[in-house]
Amino acid sequence: MGIELDFPAVLERWPSFLDGAILTLELAFFATVLGAALGTLAAVGRRSHSSLIARACKVYVEAIRNTPLLVQIFLVYFGLASIGLKFSAFTVAVAALTINVGAYTAEIMRAGFDAIPGGQLEAAEGLALSRLQIYWHIILLPAVERVYPALTSQFVLLMLASSVCSQISAEELTAVANYIQSDTYRAFETYIIIAVLYIFLSLVMRAGFWGLGFVLFPRRRRLGTPL
Amino acid sequence: MQQDIPSASIVSLRDVQKSFGSLKVLDGVSFTVERGEVLAIIGRSGSGKSTALRCIDRFERVDHGEIIVCGHRVDSPDVNLRALRQDVGIVFQSYNLFPHLTIEQNITLAPCSVKRMALSQAKDLARKVLAQVGLEEKLHAYPEQLSGGQQQRAAIARSLAMQPKVMLFDEVTSALDPELTVEVQKVIERLAADGMTMVMVTHEMGFAKSIADRIVFMHRGKVHETGPASILTSPTTPELAQFVGTADLKS
Repeated sequence: MGIELDFPAVLERWPSFLDGAILTLELAFFATVLGAALGTLAAVGRRSHSSLIARACKVYVEAIRNTPLLVQIFLVYFGLASIGLKFSAFTVAVAALTINVGAYTAEIMRAGFDAIPGGQLEAAEGLALSRLQIYWHIILLPAVERVYPALTSQFVLLMLASSVCSQISAEELTAVANYIQSDTYRAFETYIIIAVLYIFLSLVMRAGFWGLGFVLFPRRRRLGTPL
Repeated sequence: MQQDIPSASIVSLRDVQKSFGSLKVLDGVSFTVERGEVLAIIGRSGSGKSTALRCIDRFERVDHGEIIVCGHRVDSPDVNLRALRQDVGIVFQSYNLFPHLTIEQNITLAPCSVKRMALSQAKDLARKVLAQVGLEEKLHAYPEQLSGGQQQRAAIARSLAMQPKVMLFDEVTSALDPELTVEVQKVIERLAADGMTMVMVTHEMGFAKSIADRIVFMHRGKVHETGPASILTSPTTPELAQFVGTADLKS
């Protein structure tokens, strides 16, 4: 019983693979940017003096971290539809992925915030900086720098997890693969190809994060030491 | 004298009380600091001296009593904290420079964001205050590239850039070896000579003696003895005599 692999039959569909890979990358890009913002706001919210805001953020984070991504996607997809709002599958996918990764980002950022020594916050308060200025100038970047590897992993994971968006027919890489394998009956080859493509996309994202870190953390660039 | 505090004082504390849980840290503390005066607060660890200092900049809220600093009612819940802290500079034992910013950025941050100073103007100011502490050449260094003494001097420069009316020093040389201690002390001496109003908590008796116009000796949450620097050589209470005796033995 041997395995016969026929890659050319599948590879001739390369424009579709390419479209799917690009769409996956787009999904990941928008969900990363929006999710980073949402997660940071939620992490700030959890430290709010208002217990209502703090509790609301905690409920959001825990609700998302304890439900499956696919269920969250369906909830957004059917939820929006049931109140009469029609959005493209892409928009729904970005929204659901953002909500999902925002919760994980909030937890990671919270750890980053907690790692800022209290003395630095006191020094900043002593210089009459406002709460917002302290977050912006003193807390945010050092917190991000400390948890940067964790954030990178989380966003790469998000890109990989975006494959479940094929379930709401967003035409991303896994959805494309599903069509191709049902057309060609070459399932094994198809999924090998997209596995390789996912590895490539992961590397692209990690390189992107490395470059971004280079820009964001000039101190590390110059001294090479961790904070 | 403690009953009638003149309003011209830069800092005045009257019957200040503060507890952490069941522990009474400040038990009716009163003292004043006049313009241009250098006040040294000394005492054993746990005597409440750092807490008293931190109350002045409202890093601790008092339970009872009155604190007026540069006209701000610090004990009031409605005190404008940011206005207060523009008038008061504070320097800590652990320097607390912002590690991700260069020395220049550490210094220009508050003038630019709090006082809305133009960046070019703030950079000139940074150069000026760094010259005051003898660190002009460290403008573009990061804090971790500096020795402890240099970091503390940079922290002093950062406070000076806000042009405070009074400076608070909370055991600023306690983390430094004797040599670095001296270089920080020289900077503080120069500030005193320039007429800066200062309140310092210190364990360095020799330094307190040489620089302070007045000494406050705290013991068990109270001002136990106060007077000119000469009280260190001729204390009137046995507690201060014993404290100075032990402090001398240690150094």
